[in-house]
Amino acid sequence: MKPIATTRSATGVPTGRLAVWWLLASEVVIFGGLLGSYLMMRLGHPEWADAAMHTNTWIGATNTFVLLTSSFTAVLAHQAAEKGDGKKAAGLLVLTIGGALTFLAIKSFEWYTEISHGYTITANNFWSFYYTAAGLHALHVIAGAIIMGFVAWDAFRGRELQRVELIGIYWHFVDVVWIFLFPLLYIAK
Amino acid sequence: MSDTAVALQHDEHDAHAGHHGPQGILKYLWSTDHKVIAMQYLFTGMFMAVIGGFMAYVFRMQLAFPGISVPGFGQVSPGEYNALVTNHGTIMIFWVAMPVLVAAFGNYLIPLMIGADDMVFPRINRLSYQIFLLSALVLLGSLFVQGGGFGGAWTSYPPLSAVGAYNQTQLGSSLWLIAVALEFVAFLLGGINFITTLMNSRAPGMKAYDIPLVAWMIVIASILFMLSVGPLIAGAVMLLFDQTLGTGFYDPARGGDPILWQHLFWFFGHPEVYVVLLPAIGITIDIIATFARKKVFGYKMMLYTTVATGVLSFFVWAHHQFVAGIDPRMANVFTVTTLLISVPIAELLFVIIATLYGGSIRLTTPMLWALAFMAEFLIGGVTGIFLGASGADIYFHDTYFVLAHFHYTFFPIAIIGSFAAFTYWFPKMFGKMMDERLGKIHFWGTVIPFNFIFIPLFVLGMGGQHRRIYNYQHFPELASAEMYNLREIATYALLVMLTFQLVFFFNCIKSWMNGKAAGRNPWQSNTLEWTTESPPPHGNWPVDEMPNVYRGPYEYAHPDREEDYWPQNEPS
Repeated sequence: MKPIATTRSATGVPTGRLAVWWLLASEVVIFGGLLGSYLMMRLGHPEWADAAMHTNTWIGATNTFVLLTSSFTAVLAHQAAEKGDGKKAAGLLVLTIGGALTFLAIKSFEWYTEISHGYTITANNFWSFYYTAAGLHALHVIAGAIIMGFVAWDAFRGRELQRVELIGIYWHFVDVVWIFLFPLLYIAK
Repeated sequence: MSDTAVALQHDEHDAHAGHHGPQGILKYLWSTDHKVIAMQYLFTGMFMAVIGGFMAYVFRMQLAFPGISVPGFGQVSPGEYNALVTNHGTIMIFWVAMPVLVAAFGNYLIPLMIGADDMVFPRINRLSYQIFLLSALVLLGSLFVQGGGFGGAWTSYPPLSAVGAYNQTQLGSSLWLIAVALEFVAFLLGGINFITTLMNSRAPGMKAYDIPLVAWMIVIASILFMLSVGPLIAGAVMLLFDQTLGTGFYDPARGGDPILWQHLFWFFGHPEVYVVLLPAIGITIDIIATFARKKVFGYKMMLYTTVATGVLSFFVWAHHQFVAGIDPRMANVFTVTTLLISVPIAELLFVIIATLYGGSIRLTTPMLWALAFMAEFLIGGVTGIFLGASGADIYFHDTYFVLAHFHYTFFPIAIIGSFAAFTYWFPKMFGKMMDERLGKIHFWGTVIPFNFIFIPLFVLGMGGQHRRIYNYQHFPELASAEMYNLREIATYALLVMLTFQLVFFFNCIKSWMNGKAAGRNPWQSNTLEWTTESPPPHGNWPVDEMPNVYRGPYEYAHPDREEDYWPQNEPS
């Protein structure tokens, strides 16, 4: 039996959705702190532009496209879940996971190339920030893909359909973080 | 048996397990009941407090009697001394003040005070404690690894903390950092739970201004924690990479910036003061309203002031860095914001004093603790003015004046506030009254020696005694007989205070074994937790008797009523 507390909604907003928003609030300040530190230091070190020349903007752009597309399928999954079609929602979530895996595969290839050219995390502080920020983001992609697997499994069996929306909110956040990372690490030369 | 029947039986079994929880010892280790988790946090916090107190005893002995073989520890080496002071600070803030004030009382009180049967995420709540326990074990383990525990102060400034060759505790410093990071994760999970529970699971009829202030304060503290800790989590990852991978985020020789850590740390570190202060103030105001038999003077003012304090607390952090080479114009700005934040804090204290005015005061043990909180915290607040002004701070920085100042804030918060809450809610938690005479002996035996510890340290600090020095005999101007006298007074007072804690533990056990039965509402209080049995059963109230709320939490001495209290759940 679920606690009565979990069935109440004094604000009118479902508890799960509230919790996800608070989770994202805590994430915003984590990435905010990291990117704020990066920005402050980058402004004081114009020579980092030389290091930034070696990031591959085309790979970054491709990954941006992949991630945005996966957010689109997450929205479609939410729409299907709203209509109560768990099987369709699960299928669309699996597509989203596919997007996450593509993103990670491209990222691995990119990092492999960079590391083999000597641009490691200790090469200089630009590369330290590059790997730390993108790495923290990639961890969020991995975590999101794993949780999405569980949500898709439940949705396929018609259970906990509201979670499709929650994981979708999280996924958009992961997307938005990348939208900040891409110009800061790739476009700004 | 068909598949459906098996599934049905399985579901029934689940429902059964969910209702009664696991049995036996597992009931206490694997429970999702908010009260059990609160107890887990409480007892872990008390255990860590004993360790933190023991550390204080060892290094105070070394300071008063340098080179002595400390009974129960032995000779203190410089490295051990550094590890002891560092971990004393870390433990008392992250493993005592936070788990007891925020997690233990937050877990215990929030669902009971808002008339719910549990948190909205009971399993995340359990996970939060398990991560917290792991973090405590990692921290304690870090004291025994090769090289010893981390000794670079609880602020962990780089480059000392970042480079193993400087701090000579390569493994200890990384484990210390990992332990703190795990603790943050535990409190983020717990905090999200507190906030959403308060927002969504209130009893029917309970509006925002009907929530007891202590529940509000713990939730506002959780929000402050959540919004301030993020940059430090990012900073901690960077520090960990500096320590283990050899990056140079904080290494000036490689284009890094050690001051960046100070900004990230204090952007969290200063709001953290309010994260633990607010629950303590909430506890105080609840106890004072009950034992003054008076409505809180200015409930809404108190709430808005708290929010103002929280907002302001994000704009004062650089007052910790006046001597770190920040721009003097910047220092002026932070001086102004720091002096500004004393306005809402003073307002909170004035509201409490106004609540006392004209009340019919009952001087029970919890009331004594609550009053002592105000008196002692006031000294901490007033001495903070000296340190917030950048001119005075340049002289006082890193002296014992600073140390005495923040002990006059943190001791009332973490120790006096916790004792106030513990003695006030003990009857609810364990169903027995505590012994009042023993409680008062313990109270005076704690509060008087506390002042004898830290007033001498103010004097020593004004005399120029620098912090983080292992043996003052090497500094002729700090090794005079007068200064040693003051150091010895502080150490003897600490020994007296620690001895009196035995009275507390004795009182707990004695009262728990054969104290007087408490009944539901021994203090004639209004809030919802007093409307159920003591201790409350699993689910807090029978399902068909979940409370409804008809009024605010502080309706004492209402003129139209014969009784001088009016429980929140009583229909008019």
